[in-house]
Amino acid sequence: MKHGKWPLIVTFLVPPVLLYVFFVVSPYLQAFQISTTDWLGYSADANPVGLANFKTLWHDDYVWNALKNNAILLGLVPVLTIVLGLFFATMLAMGGRKGSAGVTGVRGGALYRTVYFFPQVLSVVIIALLWKEVYHPNQGLLTSALHGLGLPAPTWLGDPATAFWCVLAVMVWSNVGFYVVLFGAAMSAVPKEIYEAVLLDGASRFTTLRRVTLPLLWDTVQVAWVYLAIFALDGFILVQLMTNGGPNFSTDVIGVRMYDTAFGSETKFGYASAIGVVMFFLTLSVAVLSLRVGRRERIEYT
Amino acid sequence: MTTLDQPTATAPTPVTSGDRPLRRELGVANALSHGFLLLWGLLTVLPLLWMFISSFKTNAEILADPWGLPGALHLDNWARAWTGAHIGRYFINSLVVVAGSVSLTMLMGATAAYVFARYEFRGRQVVYYLFVGGLMFPVFLALVPLFFVVRNAGLFNTWLGLILVYAAYSLPFTVFFLTAFFRTLPTSVAEAALVDGCGHFRLFFRVMLPMARPGLISVAIFNFLSHWNQFLLPQVLLQGDESKWMLAQGLFALSVSQGYAGDYARLFAGLSIAVLPVLAVYAAFQRQVQSGLTAGQLK
Repeated sequence: MKHGKWPLIVTFLVPPVLLYVFFVVSPYLQAFQISTTDWLGYSADANPVGLANFKTLWHDDYVWNALKNNAILLGLVPVLTIVLGLFFATMLAMGGRKGSAGVTGVRGGALYRTVYFFPQVLSVVIIALLWKEVYHPNQGLLTSALHGLGLPAPTWLGDPATAFWCVLAVMVWSNVGFYVVLFGAAMSAVPKEIYEAVLLDGASRFTTLRRVTLPLLWDTVQVAWVYLAIFALDGFILVQLMTNGGPNFSTDVIGVRMYDTAFGSETKFGYASAIGVVMFFLTLSVAVLSLRVGRRERIEYT
Repeated sequence: MTTLDQPTATAPTPVTSGDRPLRRELGVANALSHGFLLLWGLLTVLPLLWMFISSFKTNAEILADPWGLPGALHLDNWARAWTGAHIGRYFINSLVVVAGSVSLTMLMGATAAYVFARYEFRGRQVVYYLFVGGLMFPVFLALVPLFFVVRNAGLFNTWLGLILVYAAYSLPFTVFFLTAFFRTLPTSVAEAALVDGCGHFRLFFRVMLPMARPGLISVAIFNFLSHWNQFLLPQVLLQGDESKWMLAQGLFALSVSQGYAGDYARLFAGLSIAVLPVLAVYAAFQRQVQSGLTAGQLK
């Protein structure tokens, strides 16, 4: 103890704290304050208007439309992703079982996992731009495949009736592989004897998944749920790059609304911050709710 | 005759044992499961494969037959993307910024986490939760004020500004993860080193940091990918000067201009250039990438 601990604590802690307070804490605090002003951007005058921004927001049909889309994403993306993820993870972990010879993984399981996981390391920008081309109404992969089979093809992202579902499909596509690996890792921690016992009792695959795997993986599924819910409330990059909220606001999400309000044709910073504050409370309550509702007794096995 | 044959033909199944139908059911399920696994694999690979193949085709070939193979390898698409669309420059820009931001994040994250994990002092919990609380806030909320904070600091449209902001926003997770990791390391080694007269700083750099390597690698990979894939922050903080753009911005601009120019091959080549290094890193460090990213999720 030549120098004591204080020199180290100060040199190690002060720079990160300064950086963090300056770029993270202070903007967050300012956001709440700006949301109660009528600040219109680059000029210095921002008058306090109390909760007027939130009142406007309550009557803003574009915001409600965007929120409706986020709500549909919130209802579908986590469920679809988790169901597909569990399904493929189960297949990979137990697909190779033959009769009563025990529970074995499918052949080539490692390769499947490698391939499935790959979209996760790709930039969302690349995924968005690539799928925009896949959905291209003329020379896109999908249209030309359907035409090749002699079938009519929709215009995908160009049609307000289909655009939203196309974006939703990409969200699921880009996430499933990650959860296959995540659930697979959790499954490998479950003792094999449990599955073998269930198999001997003659349970079907579906029963096994619903009655054994799901309860044992509940903690992991819950975490997945929270993350996917937060993802569904965002979706900004995919939507902005694929459709920019169009056609006719059919794919608009709250993140795009906020970005356009702040950095689009008008710079309504006060109003945009109010949307940000609403997003914050929505995200927070969705996260807390899904943790609360999903709470169950933890199953431990050694 | 035929009426008699029919029952005998189906008879063996129930007679032999109850095991048989189960096994057959499993056989069918097996084929089905392989089918589904293969289908999803194709769904994942096909768009990417299409992108690579199309990057070697001429625009005429892409328009005429999207599913076809290139007649010859048109590497000039790649050259057009790399130099003509400046993807090469953006690529190097991103590399410089991400190298800076990941190093800064790791340095600040590791030092702060080490203090939280190993030293007792008043207010430690408060400062720790100040950091970890940042995990709950969406970046969106801070976007507007952040723009002005960066501008007033004279860091708007600079790489330094971007590096500092990336690092600052990565600190909550990095500190959280590494604090937990440093706590798992045995205290006996550190105590022995201190008794032997090793200073606190030396102890950290010579003993603790090397011991924490697995955790550092996981979180560094996690940060590398999230900084490399960042789009929102450069879009807001690096708006003006095109020559300073990040790769994601360059690709977006390429996609927008493709809408007018109709140069699809160049866009596919640009996207391929962006995918290849990530693919290489993933192929080389697959296990670490998967565990790093899933650890990020599980905490």
